[in-house]
Parts: sequence; C-alpha cells; structure tokens
Amino acid sequence: MENTTYLLLENGVWFEGKGFGAQPGGDVTGEVVFTTAMTGYLETITDPSYCGQIVVQTFPLIGNYGVIPADFESARPRLAAYIVREWCRVPSNFRSEGDLDAFLKGNGIPGLSGIDTRALTRQLRDHGAMNGLLTTKAPPYGEDVLARLRRHRQAPSVPLVTRRQAERFDGGGPHIVLWDFGAKQNLIRELTKRGCRVTAVPAFWTAEQILALSPDGALLSNGPGDPADNREILPEVQKLFAARLPMMGVCLGHQLMALASGAKTEKLPFGHRGANQPVKDLVTGRVAVTSQNHGYTVRPDSLPACATLRFVNCNDGTCEGIVYRSAPAFSVQFHPEACGGPHDTAYLFDDFLTTVHHAESEGSPCR
Amino acid sequence: MPVKQHLKKVLVVGSGPIVIGQAAEFDYAGTQACRALREEGLNVVLVNSNPATIMTDGAIADEVYVEPLTLPSLRAIIRREKPDGLLSTLGGQTGLTLSMQLAREGFLEEQGVELLGARLETIEKAEDRELFKETMEAIGEPVIPSRVVTDAQAALEFAAFIGYPVIVRPAFTLGGTGGGIAENEKELASIAASGLRLSPIHQILVEKCVSGWKEIEFEVMRDAAGNVITVCSMENLDPVGIHTGDSIVAAPALTLADKEYQMLRTAALNIISSLGIEGGCNCQFALDPESFRYAVIEVNPRVSRSSALASKATGYPIARVAAKIAVGLTLDEIRNEVTGKTMACFEPALDYVVVKFPKWPFDKFVYGCRRLGTQMKATGEVMAIGRSFEAAMMKAVRGAELSLDTLSMPRLASLSAEELKKKIRAQDDERVFAVYEALCRGMTIGELHRLTRIDEWFLAKLWNLAAMERALREEPLTPHLYREAKKMGFPDSAVRRLSKGELPPALPAACKMVDTCGAEFEAETPYFYSSPGEEDEALPFIRRRSSGKPVVLVFGSGPIRIGQGIEFDYASVHCVMALKRAGYEVAIANNNPETVSTDFNTADRLYFDPLTAEDALRIVELEKPVGVVVAFGGQTAIKLTKPLAAAGVPILGTQPDGIDLAEDRGRFDALLESLGISRPAGRTVLTEEEALRAANELGYPVLMRPSYVLGGQNMIIAFSDNDIREYMKVILAANPDADILIDKYLMGTEVEVDAVCDGEDVLIPGIMEHIERAGIHSGDSIAVYPAWNLSESRTEQLVDFSRKLALALGVKGLVNIQYVIHEGKIYVIEANPRSSRTIPYISKVTGIPLVDLAVRAMLGERLRDMGYGTGLAAPAAYHAVKVPVFSFEKLGGVDTQLGPEMKSTGEVLGIAPTMEEALYKGLVAAGYRIHTDKGLLLTVRDSDKSEITPIAAAFAALGCPLYATEGTAAVLREAGLTVETVKKIHEAKENTMTLLESGTVGCILSTSAKGRIPARDSVKLRRKAVELGIPCLTALDTAAALASILSRHFRQEDLAPVDIAKILPAKK
Repeated sequence: MENTTYLLLENGVWFEGKGFGAQPGGDVTGEVVFTTAMTGYLETITDPSYCGQIVVQTFPLIGNYGVIPADFESARPRLAAYIVREWCRVPSNFRSEGDLDAFLKGNGIPGLSGIDTRALTRQLRDHGAMNGLLTTKAPPYGEDVLARLRRHRQAPSVPLVTRRQAERFDGGGPHIVLWDFGAKQNLIRELTKRGCRVTAVPAFWTAEQILALSPDGALLSNGPGDPADNREILPEVQKLFAARLPMMGVCLGHQLMALASGAKTEKLPFGHRGANQPVKDLVTGRVAVTSQNHGYTVRPDSLPACATLRFVNCNDGTCEGIVYRSAPAFSVQFHPEACGGPHDTAYLFDDFLTTVHHAESEGSPCR
Repeated sequence: MPVKQHLKKVLVVGSGPIVIGQAAEFDYAGTQACRALREEGLNVVLVNSNPATIMTDGAIADEVYVEPLTLPSLRAIIRREKPDGLLSTLGGQTGLTLSMQLAREGFLEEQGVELLGARLETIEKAEDRELFKETMEAIGEPVIPSRVVTDAQAALEFAAFIGYPVIVRPAFTLGGTGGGIAENEKELASIAASGLRLSPIHQILVEKCVSGWKEIEFEVMRDAAGNVITVCSMENLDPVGIHTGDSIVAAPALTLADKEYQMLRTAALNIISSLGIEGGCNCQFALDPESFRYAVIEVNPRVSRSSALASKATGYPIARVAAKIAVGLTLDEIRNEVTGKTMACFEPALDYVVVKFPKWPFDKFVYGCRRLGTQMKATGEVMAIGRSFEAAMMKAVRGAELSLDTLSMPRLASLSAEELKKKIRAQDDERVFAVYEALCRGMTIGELHRLTRIDEWFLAKLWNLAAMERALREEPLTPHLYREAKKMGFPDSAVRRLSKGELPPALPAACKMVDTCGAEFEAETPYFYSSPGEEDEALPFIRRRSSGKPVVLVFGSGPIRIGQGIEFDYASVHCVMALKRAGYEVAIANNNPETVSTDFNTADRLYFDPLTAEDALRIVELEKPVGVVVAFGGQTAIKLTKPLAAAGVPILGTQPDGIDLAEDRGRFDALLESLGISRPAGRTVLTEEEALRAANELGYPVLMRPSYVLGGQNMIIAFSDNDIREYMKVILAANPDADILIDKYLMGTEVEVDAVCDGEDVLIPGIMEHIERAGIHSGDSIAVYPAWNLSESRTEQLVDFSRKLALALGVKGLVNIQYVIHEGKIYVIEANPRSSRTIPYISKVTGIPLVDLAVRAMLGERLRDMGYGTGLAAPAAYHAVKVPVFSFEKLGGVDTQLGPEMKSTGEVLGIAPTMEEALYKGLVAAGYRIHTDKGLLLTVRDSDKSEITPIAAAFAALGCPLYATEGTAAVLREAGLTVETVKKIHEAKENTMTLLESGTVGCILSTSAKGRIPARDSVKLRRKAVELGIPCLTALDTAAALASILSRHFRQEDLAPVDIAKILPAKK
C-alpha cells in the first residue's frame, strides 16, 4: 500500500497522492464524481448507483467510525475507485469491525488518499463531470492518454448490479415488488419495516413476470448510469403504467418512469451527490433536506400532460419528483430511504402505501 | 411569506454586560439581527446596558438605549417607542428571561407588542425543567432521569432513589451557575443549597449523571411554515461532565456513524418542531458510546454561544436568518449570502474541521479553582479551521495565547508519572496538555481513554501530533517531513525548535475558502483559513475581485479575556468601516468566533487564523497590503508590531518605535523626564532579593507587576516584605525571565484620558474620573464622564500633558493615558498608544466617532480638517458612568477584593442628565440590589478605619442596622454609631459567616490588608457573600458613592431613558 498514485483528469490536471485499499492490477478509469455528505461513507461505498465511478469525498476525514457491515447498502462495493483526503487509521465506534483500508482491499477497490480533494472538487465543479485515470505512472501524460481517457464511456451498468433472481422478504402487509436496478438495501428495509411483503426482482424481468406475482404495488429502485441506456426496460414500465399498478420510483426508477412516459432526461454538469440538498414540495410549499446521488435529471419542460412536477431542487430548480395522473404513481429523484442522509422524506413510503391501500379498495384492474 | 404586515418597529433586547456564559456572541447575533431587520425596512429599537458593543451603535439601530436591562427600564422604553414587536431570542438568557417576564405579566399584550422569535409557551417549555421533560416525553425523546426540587431534602431523597453521582442544575441561571456534580450525600447537600439560592425561582434539577457519554450538539432552524434544517453538528472532545462552554469542541461531529448522526439530527428536528420555535435552537445530547442510547440534555430556544460558533464554523448566518424568520419570512425566501445563489433552506456541508478552544481566566486568578465541571468558567474562546483535526487543534492552541506553539506544555515535563495521572484526573483547564504529555511519554490510548473517557478517535489524533513532534526531534528534517509537519499545523517556530536544523524552503501561503457547500457551488465568500501545502484560493479571489483600491490588513484582538474584551472588537470593526470609507480594500484577521469582526461581511476579506507573527506574515504574503493596523486589537495585535516591522511590513499609525517607547520602562522614564512630567518612583528588578530592596527603598505600599502585562495580570499592592515574597514566587513561576516593576503606590484620584493625535494636534473627547482611588485597576473602577472633581487649572494641565505625551510618542491615532492625582500633583501611571477599553463608551456618550477619526489621522488626514476640533472637546449633554461587572459566582476560590489586578469581565453604562442619576442607572444595570431594610456588615483593614465612619453613618441613616467585626465596631462606636459586634470566623462559632447565612445582612463592606488565598478569613467571608448573592463592596469609595446614591431614593420608573443614537457631538 502507500505507493505513490496519481489521478489524471481528462482535462490534463493531475493529483499526486498515496494509494490505499486494493492494489489495482493496472490503471483504473471511471467518471470522477464528488459527494459532499459528511457522514455515511459506508453507505456511499456500498451504494450500487456508484457502479463504475471514481468517487471523491469532499469531507476530508473519512473512515472515522471504521467498517460497520450492518450499515452496508449492498453486499459489496461497485465503485471503480475511492478518493479521500485522509483515511482514518484508528477508527472508533462500538460497532466497527475494521478499518477502511482493509475493507477496500478485501473488496478489490483501489483508493487514493492524501490529495487536495477540494482542489479536485473545484475542477469537477468548474469543468463538469470528467473521466479520471488512477495510475501509478508518474506524469507527464501524453495526448494519447488524455484522448483515450476522454473517449471512455461507462458501459450500461444496471445489468452489472441488478440481482440475478427474485428474492422474497416476508411480511403480513401489502405485497410490493421491488424492481431492482441496483437497489439500496434500505429500500427493502423501509418497506419491510412497514410490514410489506417484498419481492425483489431483477431489472431484466418483464412486466408480465412482475404482474404475474399479483403485487399490490411496485417500487422502482435507484441504480447506476445513464437512464437512457435502459431502453429495453421502458416498454415494461409502460405496461405497468397501463396496468394502473401503484408505483413509486426512486432516482433511476424515477427517471425510467419519466422516460417511459415520454419525458426526456439530460446530464447535469456535475450531478447532485450529498446529504444536504433542499427540495421543495410544490403542493405543500414545504422544503425538505434530502439525500441525493444522481448525474442525470428529468427535464421538466419535457413532462407529458399526464405528469405533474411536484418536487423541485431549491438550488438549481431541477426536477426532483413527479406525480402521475395516468396511474396511481409518483416518483422522486432524491432518496427518501436516506442511508446515508436525512430521514426527512421517509413519509413518502407511507404515502406510497396509502396509494397502494387506496388502489386496493378501489379494486385495482390488474388483480 | 412576506414580512408580517403590521410590523413597522421592532425592539431588540441585548444581553447586557459580558459575564462568563454570556459574552460577545450576543453582540454578533444582535448586530446581525438588527441589520437583517433593517434590510426588511423595519425600524429597529435597541436596548442593551453594555456600551462596548457594536449593536449599540447609531449605525446599527435606529434608536439605541444604553439602559439597565430591568423590567422598569424596558417598560419605559416600550411606552416611549411603542414598538410593534419584541425580538426575544437574540439577547441570550438575559434577553429571553426579560421578554418572558414582560409577556407573562401581560405588559406586552397591553401595549400591543407581539413577542417575536419564540412564543411564551415555547420559552416556558424549554426553560422550565418539568415542562421540558413532559414535552420531550410526549414526543418520545429520551431525557435523563431527573426531578425538579425546591428544597435540599427532596434532592437528597431523589438522589438516593436514582443513585449517585448526580448533576445539579439550577433553573434560569447562566452557564450553569450554581450547579455541579455530587458524588455523595454530603456534596449534594452543599451543591443543592447553593443552586437553590442562585436560581431566581428557587428551583433545581437533580439528574442522573451520564458523565463519560459523548456530548453532541445540533444547531437547528425552523420557520413559521414548519420547514426545519440543521445548520451544524458539534462534538465535544470532553465527554459529558464538562460544560460545553469549557469543552474543546469540534465541528462537525467526527466520531458518529451516519446512523447515530441521523438519529440525533432527527431528534433535534423533532424537538424544534414540537416546541414550535420560529428561529434558531440549540439541542444538546448525551450519546452512550457503546450503544444507540441517547438523552436530550438541554435545549436553548434562542441563539447562543454555540450558534455563534456554528455560524462561524459553517458560514451560515444563524442570527440573521433567525431574525428574518421571526418577522415572518420562511427559509426558502431568505438568500444564502455566502453562495449568493442558493437559499437559506439548506444544510451546510463542510470540507474542513473546526476546533473551538476555551480561554480561561486562571492565568489571572492563580488561586481560582481550576477544576472544570457543569459550571462554565471560560471567559472566551478561539476557533480554528483546518483540513485535518490535527491542524485545527494546533491552530486553536497557538491562537489561545497560552505561549504554546505545540501541545507540549513545558511545565508538565517535570511531573512524575503519578502526578501526571493525578493532573489528568483533576479535569482542569490543562487536561488536554496533560493527556498529550502522557501520550508523549508512551501511555497508551486505551489507558487514557479509561482515565478520561475521551473518545479514542480524538486521542489517536493527539497521538499523531505527539508522533510528529518526536519525528521532528529525532529524524532528519527532509522536505517531505517538513511538508507533513506543516500540513499537521506545526508552525515554523516549533519545527525550528524541535528539529534544530535548517528549514527547507517555506511552503507558499495557501488559504481555503469557507463556502457552506464543500465547493459544490462557486461561492464568493471572502472567508478564508490557511491550509499549507494545498491549492490557494485566496490570491485568485483577490485578483478576481480586486477593486483596484489599496489594501489594508487589520489585526483583531483574539479571544475575550479579562482585560481584553469586546471593546477591542468594537474598535477593530469601526477601524474596518473607517478604512472602507476612506477608500481602502480591507482584510481582517482574527480567531474569535463570538465577534462581529469575524462576520464574513464586516471586512472585504476575513482570515480566520491565529494571531501569531508567523500566521500574520502568511496573510501579508497573500494580501500584500500597503499597511497593517495593530492599534485596535488590544495587546494581541500590538504584540505583532515588532515581528511585522522586522519583516518590513509597513505599520499604519503610531510607529513601532513609539509603541516601544511607551512600553519600555527605561525609555519611557527618560521621555517623561524630558517633558517634565512626573510618574511614581519605581525600579525594575529581576529577583526576589532585588524586589525586597527596591520596595524598602521606595517605602511601602508598593505596586508590583511584571512588565508587558495585560489587564494588570499578576499585579499587586504589596504592604510588606511577605507580600513581595509571595508574589515574586507566583510571577517567577509563570515566567522566570520576567522583568518586574516595583513602583511607589500613590493613593490618589485616578483620571483617564483617551485622545486622538494626528502628529500635530490632539483631540481629547473628554476626561474620565474614577470613583475609586488609584490602586484599583482602571477596568474595575467606576469611571465617570465628565470628570466631576477637577479644577480648571488641573484640567488644563492634564490636556497639556496628554498633548505633549501623544506628540512625543509619535502617536498617529489613539492613545490612552492614565494619571493619578496625589496631594495636588499629577503623575502619569501609563500611556498606551492604542485603542483602549473606554473608547466605545466615550465615543457613544460624546458622539465623537473616535475610531473613525483615529483611522483618518493614521492615514494622514489632519484633525483640524475633520470638524470635531482639537484640544479638549466641550462636555456632552449627558453624564455617563461606567460600572464594572464581575463573574465571581462562576469562579470558585477567587478573592473578590478589588486591587490593581483586573477582575471584571464586563461593564455597563448609565447615561443621564446628572451624574447622580447616571451613577444610579449604572449601579442598577450592574445588578446592585441593596436591601436597606437589612443590615450592613463592616469589616475593614486598619488603614481604612479612619474613613469608614461617614459611610457607616450614611447607611445607618437609611435605616440599615450596622454589624462589624471587633476593631471596626470599636471605631464606629467611638463615633457614636450603634453597631453590633460580630466575631471573626476563627474567633467563635457564631461569627460573620453564620450572620450572613442567617439572612439578616443585605450588604457587606470588606477590605483586608491581605487576601487572595482562599483559606484566609476575609476571603472566605467575601466568597460566602458571592454564594449568597449579597453585594460585597471592597473599596471605601464605592461604598461611599453607593450610600450617597441610596440616600437620593431614586426610582427607575422616574428616570427617562436616553436615546444615544440622537446624541450629537457638542459644538466647540
């Protein structure tokens, strides 16, 4: 470990630091993104939505409370590399089972520490999201390396992170299908906590397969990558809309519901990643602080007539949530399941279940 | 929602004098609030008895009343101004309590005044222990098992039920005054008794002690629409058991996993929502380090010291936003001034670590009890920002002005292992340094954790610093090691001392920006902190934003301490404003989070860094100012003069040589001689032997002090060889190489002059005369403007001396000169070519903007062109009396007898058309409550006995029964007064102490030849008076003045409040 490692950005700017975590076999390439959350690094590292990305923590001290498996959001980390200013060698927490370095090593994730993460963040903020190369090769770097770096495109990632087969979680309440595009574990926890019976199904399942389970509702999960990469999923979402199945979408799930309804998505300059994003509910006028992790957004001007903008981001006015009139469905760009981040919008799961109960009493056409 | 329609005029209540537990943070909050309200087009009426504040400036509020913070005076102001609303949440506990009382008695409703910020019900829910517990239980928030009791017996019974240790918290007291941890019945009986006495509603809370749990704070905000956000989390390095004001605090919380963090964050939001607060709120939690168990310790439904810290730590202006919310705006309607792009409805993301370090007064109070507990003892604090905890901690320690540049405290090196452990267990103000010493000696983190309950995470960080210190000492100083040391916060001075090698090339100065958002948005906040070895953001910012104007750098005054208080922040801020007006771009450097000067929009750029020479030169390197200003930041800034001048940095105003001339005793004496001005005879000595010889040659009493002191630190009047021996030990222990000055002590009238000089002319706004004779520190004396006892010729002579001195010192700007008039002759005590404690006071009462004029003089303008004349200004329309305020009840073991060493923490001002009324207002504002139906106890030293009869007679005439100890009683009886003799403590079982406890005494006059040492009878008596809340006078002059005022039978209701915003300078 501790070998000198570099991060090269596609604009030619590079940073020198020390490697930690796994020793990469060779160079690592990925889109470099930053998150401003001050706690929740375990949740971040294990969030499948970061699949293939090089994640930078803007908070300089990471790993303070060690590694706590109970807080993981998936079985293993999917990010390409992890960058911090300083990782904690003597973590302290009653639940901690080890330090970050050993954890990343064990999971084959290379890390970079000791760089000026604020300077790096400013690069990303000013130039937009960029690809980065983690390498032990010292500068200078030729134009060919940069050209290759700029050409890098992340492969469609949902197939990499979705579960291979359906999985059941028992409960006495309504039956909810969790459509897993790279779902965070806490989506399942929020549902089972409310008594739901949950069936988590792979991303490649069809609407027919889902409806065959006779669910009371579907939760379309978060997930990685460009939503437009998931063209084959959109018709299946449309079928669920048509079946008037109560639906809630979160993050990528939200984007897929929008795309399936005919809206457009676009890439944000550098995304929203953190635990402090204020979101305004246009119905109540109330503002909530939310956890977010997305690089793409639904264009509000592209919403079809059946969809109404309900939540907007207070900082940049981007779309944060939609209510559908065509079906008992709504979706949010942020993460009401938190983990990490504020719990302020957990009530949306209650709202969803109310929708489910309501649809049930009316007699859902799909049953 | 827009501002509430009916609001046109709002009354803001300040927090009064600086006392321990309530300091400059409320000036910062109040000033921000006033500005925020005026931005909304509201008319602001301000009341605060503290003249040293910026909020009481005509520029900040529309109407300004420096009046006692009492119900009668507030009622009078409300009747006169007829405000529509009263903002209660920005004046600390004082402001909140008064507002609550006005609301509860129905006065506000009767006058049609709306209580803003918090409803009465909210305040009561948060402040009344029992209601608070019920409220918390109703929303499922756990509280620590506790019970409110109103007598000591009930306290003992409850403690027996929940088990010891228990914490006692008196209701409605500041900074936990009167509380403490009791380990057993005996301790509880005593703490409960004092807590009950100090609680204005005679109520204490006895609670299960959770010492050792993590102490976590959240600053949260809520608007009337119900939006809630968290501004900042904070974690105390010192676990529960040490008052948060006395704890080293980090922000954000550093050892919490997201699960714990969100659990407490949610709890804090539930609490503010259930209390229905409209504004800011501070929630303190205790968190079990071994589980998810937690408990709510305390909730403050107002801005607080913690919210000032949180504001500075994050860049989020809590007071400003709270004020806007109070008048009806919602969080999503208030702009985030920092980014200019986002709204106030968000949660700051930090990309640095903040460490707050308290500043305690124990360097002055050598016999004070240093153990820290539930009662706050710090007078101020510093804040430091770094990219690692280590760097922030190093900055905090060197910024606290402890003469340390690492965590190594040389004194501790001589302790044995057992002594060191004992020191750590003693839990005093130096604990962190003792812990560091133990780490350096190889004690394990685990062992120290068991000893202190400090989280291993913090201990490991301290260990890293110890390891670096060892590496610097033992390894060759490579550029790599140097860089690592710099990144950890080691200053060059420490690296040089430890490594003894040649330093590698210095790292370029580099500063990061505080932007509330972790660089997510491009911010234009001019708020920086140094971060060596990283990308610099300051220089590009300066270039990008440069107005082309020349830059001046102003140094602030650091942490609030006795002798260097908020007055210097007032002067620093006014200096910045004057420089801006004069066409300069201004940068300021300071490290006190409680102040207005460290508000990021006070100057054009703020550097939040320690005020050491090295840190200062870093900033100079970036700013390249045309000059720097050291004259307004007290001794902290003045100390920078020599190193800055040596580095070739131009000093604006009085030149370094003039400053040295005033400070160097030999040079100053020679100067006085050449000017034909006298000063008390004196000598400079180095050893005890020399001191004794000098004292005997000069003749007792003599004044003894180390040179280069602040606020008369370690200054005493010695009456005998024994006094000299005792204090030489104290002084030499603190600084073995100190020059010690011994002067003939002249017991005359003390007179103080502040003057502005432009190098040719001098303007003296007024002469202040002290009620107490020389020998009591000027900061502890009652000062009267205008002087009431000076003949015309003497006044002329004072003006002449002041002019000569100012010119001879080469003063360009301000100079403060203290004189004593003894047997008809004027002597100079000292001259300081800088801003002084009395500048705000004299500026406000005369209407002459002294700092503004001083800055203009500094920049080369001529006084005669400024329109305020030269020479002595004509007297103002009002008399003004400054009365000192003390914090003795917070500082166990400290003798309250006044002397040449300053002891007051703050001051109030009385302003009225006559001196007597002004003095009365000042005394009322300072909290003097004399019950003339109760007795006066007199016990004075022999040298005072000849003067006490008229004082005693005056009290007797008011109906006060007289009690006195034997010698004093004999004198009074001789003079024909009726007096009851009381035995001294060691003389009998029934003695002065039991008399005090019986409640028959309403006032004490106690002076003693000796004092200081807590075991002495006289000190015990005075401490008892503090505990019982009985006014205790220790100077005959104060007592005489008080008697004469009491005999006038003034009533607060009859004295008209004075709007000082309307005071104009008297025309010549």
